[in-house]
Amino acid sequence: MGLVDKLIGTARRRSPWLLHFDCGSCNGCDIETLACLTPVYDVERFGVVNVGNPRHADILLVTGTVNHRNREALAVLFEQMPEPRVVVAIGACGLSGGVFREAPNVVGGVDKVIPVDVYVPGCPARPEAIIDGVVLAVEKFREKSKEMGEGR
Amino acid sequence: MAVMRTAVIALAVLWAATLLGGLLSGLDRRLTARLQARRGPPLTQPFWDVIKLLAKERVVTNPWQAFSPVATLAAAATALVLFVCQGDLLVILFVHATGGVFLVLGAMASPSPYSQTGGQRELWQMLCCETLLFLFAGALYLTTGSFRVSGVLALPEPLLDRLPLLFLAFLFALTVKMRKSPFDLAGSHHAHQELVRGVYTEYAGPHLGLLEIAHWLEVMLYLAICSLFWATNVAAMILLPLAAFGAVIVLDNVAARLTWRWMLGRGWAAVFAAAALNLFWLKG
Repeated sequence: MGLVDKLIGTARRRSPWLLHFDCGSCNGCDIETLACLTPVYDVERFGVVNVGNPRHADILLVTGTVNHRNREALAVLFEQMPEPRVVVAIGACGLSGGVFREAPNVVGGVDKVIPVDVYVPGCPARPEAIIDGVVLAVEKFREKSKEMGEGR
Repeated sequence: MAVMRTAVIALAVLWAATLLGGLLSGLDRRLTARLQARRGPPLTQPFWDVIKLLAKERVVTNPWQAFSPVATLAAAATALVLFVCQGDLLVILFVHATGGVFLVLGAMASPSPYSQTGGQRELWQMLCCETLLFLFAGALYLTTGSFRVSGVLALPEPLLDRLPLLFLAFLFALTVKMRKSPFDLAGSHHAHQELVRGVYTEYAGPHLGLLEIAHWLEVMLYLAICSLFWATNVAAMILLPLAAFGAVIVLDNVAARLTWRWMLGRGWAAVFAAAALNLFWLKG
């Protein structure tokens, strides 16, 4: 691995920008996700920024079940993120559809629509678990850069 | 030989300004975090952000989005080098304005309503900044008899004594230029806003990285102009811009965003009148 690749890898590890998408969650996981961004946890220490724009995002955090109405919105958000990108599914609903998985309007977990890299369980997922998930996602974000580098 | 020397100076200036501009941006984020009882990112954070952005995939919806950041960066760099070479302030301001126009052009090239509204507001912000800086150029001419930066450096006493109201107007322009509250209308640094990131919304990856560097250089140019207000000794030339920078960041953290109508109708109108008054008493 060259020096430039090493530098880019470090930069990716130190500057992951998150996009949070509520894909029909009950708000429980959303509240916990946003709690990570409060001064108590202060994730900006690690260069994490909560962006409102898929074009600027590196890591997509999805909470809640996917239904037939919002599956397209989820797919479009994922498509708009420039490579390399990582997806984190948060909460029982995001993982599998949770208690709503049998409902007629529900498609299921996030991975029914877009590829998921990290699964964070819990109902709701705790902020500590979400931070652990994001840390894992950051590592995957750096690894993806290698694959992208080979494709270049 | 003279060309070589200028090229070396230009490269050194740009290198130093990028480094310093990035560090100031890091200081801004750290100070803001401290004001909010957080620890905040390391000082070098903006550099990591830019390196990461430069290494991301290129995504454009319109070719202008690829060209505009390069033009904006080139304009900011040229303006800064001209300033350090103690050139004509009018030329510096015109070159700098060209960069802003390209930024808006790229934003307007996308049909996104966030980007479009951000572009519109950026034009209003440019109107505010540019007019005040041109008044400053006028004041420069009235005091030194020339528009050249070198004229100020030869003055025996600080300009601030004779241009207190114009300095106030300059601080207003600096707040607008640094995209800080209450005038962070076109595109704020905080990434979660009513306009997403306004004028920056449709720029992604390497293009956003270039615009970030251009913004550092533009802020450095403004701080350099700020130092002209007290150009009689080196310590004051460093301390005055630093104090202005700190004041803008504190203001950013205590003020809420105002509308562009307030910025133009009250803010700009008031400071423009004050600055014009300053020019009249300078003349009389």
